[in-house]
Amino acid sequence: MNQPSPPPSKLPVSLVANPLLSSWLKFSAHGQVTVSPGKVEIGQGIVTALAQIAADELDVDISRVQMVRASTAVSPNEGVTSGSLSVQQSGRALRHACAEVRHIFLQLASERLGVDIDTLDVDDGTISGPGNVATSYWELADDVLLDRDATPDAKPKPVARRVLAGASVQRIDIPDKVFARPRFIHDWALPDMLHGRVLRSENARAKLVELNDERARAIADLVAVVHDGSFAGVVSETEHGAEAALQALRKGAVWTAGEPLPDESDLAAFLKAQPTETTIIDKRTAPPSAPKTRTIRRQYVRPYLAHASIAPSCAMAQWNGDRLHVWTHSQGVYLLRTDLALVLNLRAENIAVEHLEGAGCYGHNAADDVALDAVLLARAAGGRPVRVQWSRAGEMSDAPFGAAMAIEIEADLDPSGEIVDWRHSIWSNGHAARPGRAAQPALLAGYELKNPFPRMISTNPPQANGGGGDRNAVPLYDFRSWQIESHRLTTMPIRTSALRTLGAQGNVFAIESMLDEIAAARDEDPVAFRLRHLDDERAKDVICAAAKRAGWKPAKQPGIGYGIAFARYKNTGAYCAVVAEIEGDEDIRVRKLTLAVDVGEAINPDGVINQIEGGAIQATSWVLKERVRFDRQRITSTSWTEYPILRFSEVPNIEVEVIQRPEIDPVGAGEAAHGPVTAAIANAIFDALGVRVRQLPFTREHLVAAMEQAS
Amino acid sequence: MPSVRFRLNGVGKDIDADPDRSLLDILRGQLGMIGPHFGCGAGECGACNVIIDDRAVAACDTPFWSVAGKDVTTIEGLGNAERPHPLQRAFIAEQALQCGYCASGILMSAAALLKRNPAPTSREVKEALDGNLCRCGSHNRMVRAVLRAAKEMATG
Repeated sequence: MNQPSPPPSKLPVSLVANPLLSSWLKFSAHGQVTVSPGKVEIGQGIVTALAQIAADELDVDISRVQMVRASTAVSPNEGVTSGSLSVQQSGRALRHACAEVRHIFLQLASERLGVDIDTLDVDDGTISGPGNVATSYWELADDVLLDRDATPDAKPKPVARRVLAGASVQRIDIPDKVFARPRFIHDWALPDMLHGRVLRSENARAKLVELNDERARAIADLVAVVHDGSFAGVVSETEHGAEAALQALRKGAVWTAGEPLPDESDLAAFLKAQPTETTIIDKRTAPPSAPKTRTIRRQYVRPYLAHASIAPSCAMAQWNGDRLHVWTHSQGVYLLRTDLALVLNLRAENIAVEHLEGAGCYGHNAADDVALDAVLLARAAGGRPVRVQWSRAGEMSDAPFGAAMAIEIEADLDPSGEIVDWRHSIWSNGHAARPGRAAQPALLAGYELKNPFPRMISTNPPQANGGGGDRNAVPLYDFRSWQIESHRLTTMPIRTSALRTLGAQGNVFAIESMLDEIAAARDEDPVAFRLRHLDDERAKDVICAAAKRAGWKPAKQPGIGYGIAFARYKNTGAYCAVVAEIEGDEDIRVRKLTLAVDVGEAINPDGVINQIEGGAIQATSWVLKERVRFDRQRITSTSWTEYPILRFSEVPNIEVEVIQRPEIDPVGAGEAAHGPVTAAIANAIFDALGVRVRQLPFTREHLVAAMEQAS
Repeated sequence: MPSVRFRLNGVGKDIDADPDRSLLDILRGQLGMIGPHFGCGAGECGACNVIIDDRAVAACDTPFWSVAGKDVTTIEGLGNAERPHPLQRAFIAEQALQCGYCASGILMSAAALLKRNPAPTSREVKEALDGNLCRCGSHNRMVRAVLRAAKEMATG
């Protein structure tokens, strides 16, 4: 059985960084509590989960909780909204802060009412005690000073007394979105707002050598043409005028040929031929339990993947003298501010960065890039705000991609086919080049200015933060000895940064495919094989739950296959097991995915299911269809035709079982499904067709190649 | 500047604008309607879908002149918080979105479907929504929501 986690004896990490209670919470005399987290809504429902936690801990109705959008002007600095950490970090901090604030109110109420604090109770903000004495948060609001630091002493409620956390509360942002009330940055209009567009070459990293702006200046509504090195753009009174001026400006631009791109038909060869920085991620040694009799070696490849949000990135910026205001859908308002300050050589205090929701965000996309675009164009706007929106083609080619990976696993096997040694090597660009973390900026236009900043080469977060290319590369299985190494490229012809799961999707695909192959060679059931090599009961529980729910293993039917896979995201986050049912011949259709997940305490169980379903469908899309395409000069997958994603008619049925563990601190759900879904589909393809496909995506082309290789 | 006469959400309009511009550009720009969303500008994603007469159409590659004399319905005309369309109620009940950027276009495709086929099967719903892209993976919930709305409309 799992032990309940010990009560927190120290402050949650976000409260250590931002201890001032009033930066998290404010009460009004009119019956409202304002909650100001540093994490942002990116379509994952975090704002609702945080509202649930606050309402629960304070004993107020959730309708009294007003969630404030993150802004450097008012919000605690919680870094970036990424890595499935928001419930873990912001949720814990908020729960702690609310518990302490509740106690501060009760202390004052106890003094005012003249009754012992332990006899007081709170119901929807009304504080009452024996003999019908009562007051409320709202009555006391003006007298309670929250401009004080959080202390480690506050004690959040025991699990059994939480009412909202653990319940499927409706998301607070959904009504606005179905009634078309402005919520997206794209739909925001500022007074006197102008529209901007930026000119970029199709050719990778081409330099602008000549710009004739005569035609652009002749377009109606034009306000300004901006030109600084290889950065150029237009500002117009209207969006239509900005588009027209951009087309005209394009005709007057002369570019260099740019820098060559790799050969897309052999990514593994390209990745392995580059200069790299090698790190031993983990090493475990033990005398072999039996002699090694053979070694099998397999290579798994994943392509570059696009974020491909449905909305192109958008931002607004307004200058007022040397002060700057930016509206953005960035995942990190403070981090963006840091990089803007670097590019502009301006004090960070002069810049306010405010979050507005964008379309679904799956990592470091172009949100930050377009913010700098807007800032640079707004310089020519005479103090008026400028809104910039990228084109679909720009979004698909100029935003950072998820990094391509080549992964090699070698397993030494004993005479009975058991693993005696395991070696896992990764060749990949780094998976993170986020803004705000280095001495140089990570914003696209910063590389294009006349005095350009050097292009940032992606790195990997340390293992303690879940790693990058090496994320989930260390197996959770009980192999006696292993070596895990990561070869991070030190060149980067194709720009990469954080995309949902970083390297975990590739690594889990490789590990779980290899295990399936080894189990099959032993003629052992893949579920039994995994259970035999795992110690962690929570891991075993999700595998058993998914297998049971899917009726593992259903009887064989021609053309249909079943596969199972498992991972614990980052080896420290959510547990997820998947059974995939596929149908295939030349093309693969995923019919059904059955998932079991354990996120500890599921604050909003329907929200967790929504995230897992979404992750499973997105992963299916990656696996069946997605691959950034390019020739030697430019990215060619610049539209939905050239970069297809899964359509309604192709989406599998999905069942999700959430194993609720209210006594265990919650972790995020958004990235748990991608790796296991990928491998489960691969394993199901083997079950159906008898072929191991080791190159993503599983298109007809790669299936045929795998069949040819096998025969 | 020539003008184009059409009906927008049931109200007659006479708009002076370049007739070669896209309907989406006019709706979002001149008319300030934020419901139809720009996604690709090439009729490939459905985020800007509106209903013209009885068909769901991408407003981004519909030239403005072509709506002359026609009935255009946007999400703003489908319903609002006070008088929600059954589809809007169903999308809330099923929590049928994640980021929701694609939702207004999907609601319009679904509304057009329910007009011509009030009792669709789940397969028919998927076919009707196949021109709409969703990146967050809310497809199954949206299909459930459309079926729920159809049922509610049938039982009145």
